[in-house]
Amino acid sequence: MPKLSDVSRHVRSKQAGPFWVTIDIWFDGEENFERYRESRGLSPEVFASLFGTDPALVKKIPVPELHLVKISYPRATPQGGVVERDMHSGQQYVRLLDVELG
Amino acid sequence: MRDELKLPVKILVPCGSLGAGVREDEVEYGLARGAHAIATDAGSTDSGAAYLATGKSKNSRGAVKRDLMILMKAHARTGIPVIIGSAGQAGGDLNVDWTRDILLEVAAELGLSPKIALLYSEQSRETIKAFNADGRISPLPPLGPLDDAAVDACAHIVALMGVEPYIAALEQGADVILGGRSTDPAVLASFPIWKGAGWGPSWHAGKVGECGAQCTEKRDSSGVLLSVGRDGFDVEPLAKDNYCARNGVSAHMLYENTDPYLLTEPGGQLDVRQVTYEELGDGRSVRVTGAVWNPRPYTMKLEGAGGGKFQTIMLVGIQDPDVLADVSGFESRFLDALYARARQTLPPEEQDDFHISIRMYGWNAVDGRPVPEGTPPPRELGVLFIATARTQDLANSIAHACNPYFFHYPARMDKELPSYGFAFSPADVPRGQVYEFKLNHVVSVSDPLELVRFEWVQADAQTQPAGGQENHYAKTE
Repeated sequence: MPKLSDVSRHVRSKQAGPFWVTIDIWFDGEENFERYRESRGLSPEVFASLFGTDPALVKKIPVPELHLVKISYPRATPQGGVVERDMHSGQQYVRLLDVELG
Repeated sequence: MRDELKLPVKILVPCGSLGAGVREDEVEYGLARGAHAIATDAGSTDSGAAYLATGKSKNSRGAVKRDLMILMKAHARTGIPVIIGSAGQAGGDLNVDWTRDILLEVAAELGLSPKIALLYSEQSRETIKAFNADGRISPLPPLGPLDDAAVDACAHIVALMGVEPYIAALEQGADVILGGRSTDPAVLASFPIWKGAGWGPSWHAGKVGECGAQCTEKRDSSGVLLSVGRDGFDVEPLAKDNYCARNGVSAHMLYENTDPYLLTEPGGQLDVRQVTYEELGDGRSVRVTGAVWNPRPYTMKLEGAGGGKFQTIMLVGIQDPDVLADVSGFESRFLDALYARARQTLPPEEQDDFHISIRMYGWNAVDGRPVPEGTPPPRELGVLFIATARTQDLANSIAHACNPYFFHYPARMDKELPSYGFAFSPADVPRGQVYEFKLNHVVSVSDPLELVRFEWVQADAQTQPAGGQENHYAKTE
């Protein structure tokens, strides 16, 4: 089973306001976009386990013309609290790179 | 040959944020292309709640003054309006006033007397509580209904303005508009909408241009020119050696946005599902057509921020092989020892009201998750210590109490005490308050101007401010 990093050309994460994170996954082409856009590796449950978020609120929107999947989720704690480690959420994508896409 | 859009209204967006570095040659290019207005925002929430909570700007005074100087010179030569939103980073009243004072200084130095509109959208806690009691405030996920405690926790609250306050100021002949907190696209969309361009293309152009040259291919340049017509808009970089490409422009709808097709704004929703992007024959512009604006009941998003507890930090570097051989085990014993040490020194009433965190940079500081077994040791570690307490004095005293442990705590008790590598003396740094956003709500208003206050300033070119003196200006209501 390939990892996300094997079938994507770029993955990024960024805060979308103080309460949300949004992740953009550019697949390496149409073939892998179509094959993995609905993968269980990108399911709300995986986001819940990786990021401690509420799976019911995870939003996934494919953007076919860019071979891209956008996934957004509420931060486990709002931006800038006592235990903040990544103010702009710019490093959150890294833990997705090794996720296996089935 | 390039087809001209019907009725194009040309907006020169000189940068992604005022103070980020406007370039004179880029502004020249935009003026030569016939720009009708200059527009940029000056902030956002991205960098955290501190700027709203304290009313301070993120960009330095000198950087903002430099950018304003270039824009006001362009205004003086051409007479086109200068529109700035989310002034002073957070767009609270203090942030707007800070920017106003810089603007007046620039106007005086250039011998200009522009008519300045100040748009304030900061709200008192009482106003917000009254709107809430009236059922006019609703939560956005993941937050729940607003309560008075959350409102009281905010030092400052702003309502994000749409295009209407800007249009009202343009209607009344403003040369320069300094807006408080606004949505980024609204600042750029207001002028084209005022001039009769399509609402959909105007809002979409505003979104694409909100970060300046970020939607272009060479992001080391600064600004873009938006030419907005009835059915679409063109975007091109202001730097001559830069260009826009189809995918770069369309991808900007993804940025810091949870939905790449639908964007909720004050008074409506931008729908770009049917939009087409086309690279033009000039090799540098992209034409964007088909955005739709769907009017909705008028709501404004609220942002509120306040300060909480205080922090004191220390940083130490470690290369000790005994530590590096078992970083996770060391971290756990280290944290326990620091807590025990702090408890020994704090008075009884403060025992349960503090927090200590250590972050192992080079190991797992960024994500804080357990490191898989078998991970090879790092070459060195940076360990960040963060004490959080009710007052700065308490946070400082926790750091002072922990300092010897933080400096010497051994990985192995059967060896001589190690000494780790501090970079500073004193090693502890009082960091100030923790600032947090407290609101994620929208307020329904009966009129787009209901929560906006206007103030007009006529800068007086005759009054040259001396260094350190207050600016003189005539204020009219």
